Amino acid sequence: MSIIIDEELCTGCASCMESCIYGAIELDNNIAFVLPNCNLCGACVEVCPEEAISLDRDDVKAQKIDISQFKGVWVVAEHYKKKIHNVSLQLLCKGRELADLLQVNLSLVILGTDFDDKLEEFSLYGMDEIIYIKSPILKDYYSDLYTKVITELVLENKPEIILIGATPTGRDFAPRVAKRLSAGLTADCTGLEINLETRNLLQTRPTYGGAIMATIRTPSSRPQMATVRAGIFKMPEKVKKNVNIRKLEYEFKEKDSVLKIVKVISKTRNSVNLEDAKFIVAGGRGVGSKEKFRIIEELAEVLDAELGGSRITVELNWLDPDRQIGQTGKTVSPKLYIACGISGAIQHLVGMQNSGIIVAINKDPNAPIFNWAHYGIVGDLHEIIPALIEEIKKTKSEQ
Amino acid sequence: MCIKQVPGVSEVKIDPNTNTLVREGVLSIINPNDRNAIELALMLKEKHKLEVIALSMGPPQAEEILREVLAMGVDKGVLLTDRAFAGADTLATSHTLSLAIKKILKESNSEEKYLIICGAQAIDGDTGQVPPELAEELGIPQITYVLNIELSEDKIVAERKFRATEIVIIETQLPALISVLNDINKPRYPSIAGIMKAYEKARLTYLDSNTLNADKSKIGLNGSMTEVRKIFIPKRRVNPIMLVGSNEEVVQKLCQHLKEDKIF
Ligand SMILES: Cc1cc2nc3c(=O)[nH]c(=O)nc-3n(C[C@H](O)[C@H](O)[C@H](O)COP(=O)(O)OP(=O)(O)OC[C@H]3O[C@@H](n4cnc5c(N)ncnc54)[C@H](O)[C@@H]3O)c2cc1C
Ligand SMILES: Cc1cc2nc3c(=O)[nH]c(=O)nc-3n(C[C@H](O)[C@H](O)[C@H](O)COP(=O)(O)OP(=O)(O)OC[C@H]3O[C@@H](n4cnc5c(N)ncnc54)[C@H](O)[C@@H]3O)c2cc1C
Repeated sequence: MSIIIDEELCTGCASCMESCIYGAIELDNNIAFVLPNCNLCGACVEVCPEEAISLDRDDVKAQKIDISQFKGVWVVAEHYKKKIHNVSLQLLCKGRELADLLQVNLSLVILGTDFDDKLEEFSLYGMDEIIYIKSPILKDYYSDLYTKVITELVLENKPEIILIGATPTGRDFAPRVAKRLSAGLTADCTGLEINLETRNLLQTRPTYGGAIMATIRTPSSRPQMATVRAGIFKMPEKVKKNVNIRKLEYEFKEKDSVLKIVKVISKTRNSVNLEDAKFIVAGGRGVGSKEKFRIIEELAEVLDAELGGSRITVELNWLDPDRQIGQTGKTVSPKLYIACGISGAIQHLVGMQNSGIIVAINKDPNAPIFNWAHYGIVGDLHEIIPALIEEIKKTKSEQ
Repeated sequence: MCIKQVPGVSEVKIDPNTNTLVREGVLSIINPNDRNAIELALMLKEKHKLEVIALSMGPPQAEEILREVLAMGVDKGVLLTDRAFAGADTLATSHTLSLAIKKILKESNSEEKYLIICGAQAIDGDTGQVPPELAEELGIPQITYVLNIELSEDKIVAERKFRATEIVIIETQLPALISVLNDINKPRYPSIAGIMKAYEKARLTYLDSNTLNADKSKIGLNGSMTEVRKIFIPKRRVNPIMLVGSNEEVVQKLCQHLKEDKIF
């Protein structure tokens, strides 16, 4: 296994150097060569305009499976208090699109209890089938029971794609299922497309804190598994159609799990729901202080928006941690996002770049946030926001 | 404990003018979450009698991070390094790590009782998939996203971050694997005495695919099911409409635009 550079074709354009996240390509006499710290990721192969680079693979893939046996798109539901988590609904919306392209069924897999009277309501979200695994113990989440049930279902039904929410639950069982099935799993995808010729799922995801996007495929294993964060895809429209319901009862006992849930502690704080917010007003270090953050709150109030912020504002204690937006905070996609005194670091951008309309207010005309905004205002936020609040009040009273 | 060498984040930047990657002499650090894993292991060592071993798969330079954790008080370091490990996705990474763990456990006769501590996720690959896959490979229970843990003779009780508003307390038997979040503790710095000790030869061992007796089809690029097709730098989205004028004018223009966009 190695990266091979054809010295005769190489023109020394350095495209490969720029694409290498490991810094493992250098130029010598205008010819590219690979350093020992190359990690064989293959990114340079795609970018070379001269097609001078190839990845030489040994032909010893672990297993060869007949991938044509696998059909259908599945979404594994995450649920809480008898409701389906929005991320699962968003996956149904994307899943419908993928299933239509592939001309296969879309199934919702739900593990739980007490859902009998809910299935009709769930069936409005565009799937062809609901697979309901019923067992009283599945009221709660157990990684080992989820892994067991889902792998057994997959082996029996052979879906080609499984989509799972990238929540603490999904990120806990999805890798374990993938390992048991020897299936590839791509984390935190922000784009999913199909190559109709090969039926491969092209999965695009951010890495290095969003500085780099990678498109990944799993050509030789099935199912193709992907996790996706909340807020990346749209919510589905409700439709009335015939949905096939398969109910399977499992007789699990508590001792069937190696894990024992001792207790669940709820934090009593008013829970913030940034992921579902229609409007978000976010402040950054440019706001200046905790006291001055009041103006951001006022803007949020007149807009009936949720309040958010950059990580620095959380670190400075200006804002509650569950209001942080970005790579290590929430991923949001409101209709309107107003960024006030936020520079637009990549770790912040990955959390909000899917918003409908982005407005940036910043005193630095070169702030990177402007490269992502639909509307930009250069100036002191403490002068602009009070004027904006008045203008919004006026606009609202006119309507 | 499993630790990974990653590029320092601040080193990966985008040049806004050319939209390309700027890399000023890529500096490598211990994955931040893995420092928390080490701190936890060292705290457990102070309370209970146990041996703390740090394991890392990576290029030969990853030796640096093992020396660093030895200086923090870790008893032994094991570096898995081999060209054949390169290009591994999380399936191949977890397989390779599991082979080394099984070998270490066998040699120290501790197959019955052990705890594996990982970071919740690495800042480069950033999948968080290695810990659960490793637990599956070893056939032991896992508790991910841990905020607090108590260890007793043969079991652990851990607080796991479950939802934004909920924490779940889970109990399980040893052997087990946990992955820890950065809220769990504040990692210590290496001590001078520790730095001296870190260079004692016997503390660091090297393993490759031969010493691990690895099946070549399950490691590195060959053992990987995911393939990176393309790497690119995210494009700027739109050319912004910059609103200019007096404060009153710009906010009026903004509200007008937002009305046209059907926001209001
Ligand atoms: C591993 C990792 C994960 C991270 N995760 C996140 C994350 O999840 N979310 C996140 O947000 N960050 C995250 N960060 C931090 C990120 O890199 C940035 O440091 C952070 O987003 C910057 O916050 P800021 O824009 O508020 O502050 P700054 O970058 O300091 O920007 C302040 C801005 O305010 C402007 N300004 C100052 N005064 C005024 C004024 N009076 N009026 C108008 N504008 C003004 C300035 O021009 C400047 O552009 C992470 C970093 C790392 C390394
Ligand atoms: C651009 C890009 C995208 C990628 N996307 C995917 C993907 O979607 N799916 C996939 O399967 N692989 C993917 N990979 C491969 C993946 O990054 C590697 O397998 C990597 O070795 C481990 O994954 P991670 O960085 O996500 O670690 P994580 O799973 O996030 O790491 C969690 C913890 O596991 C332990 N750990 C991880 N790696 C090591 C190690 N080498 N040595 C010791 N301990 C370790 C550490 O305790 C760490 O804190 C991608 C690689 C690249 C370059």
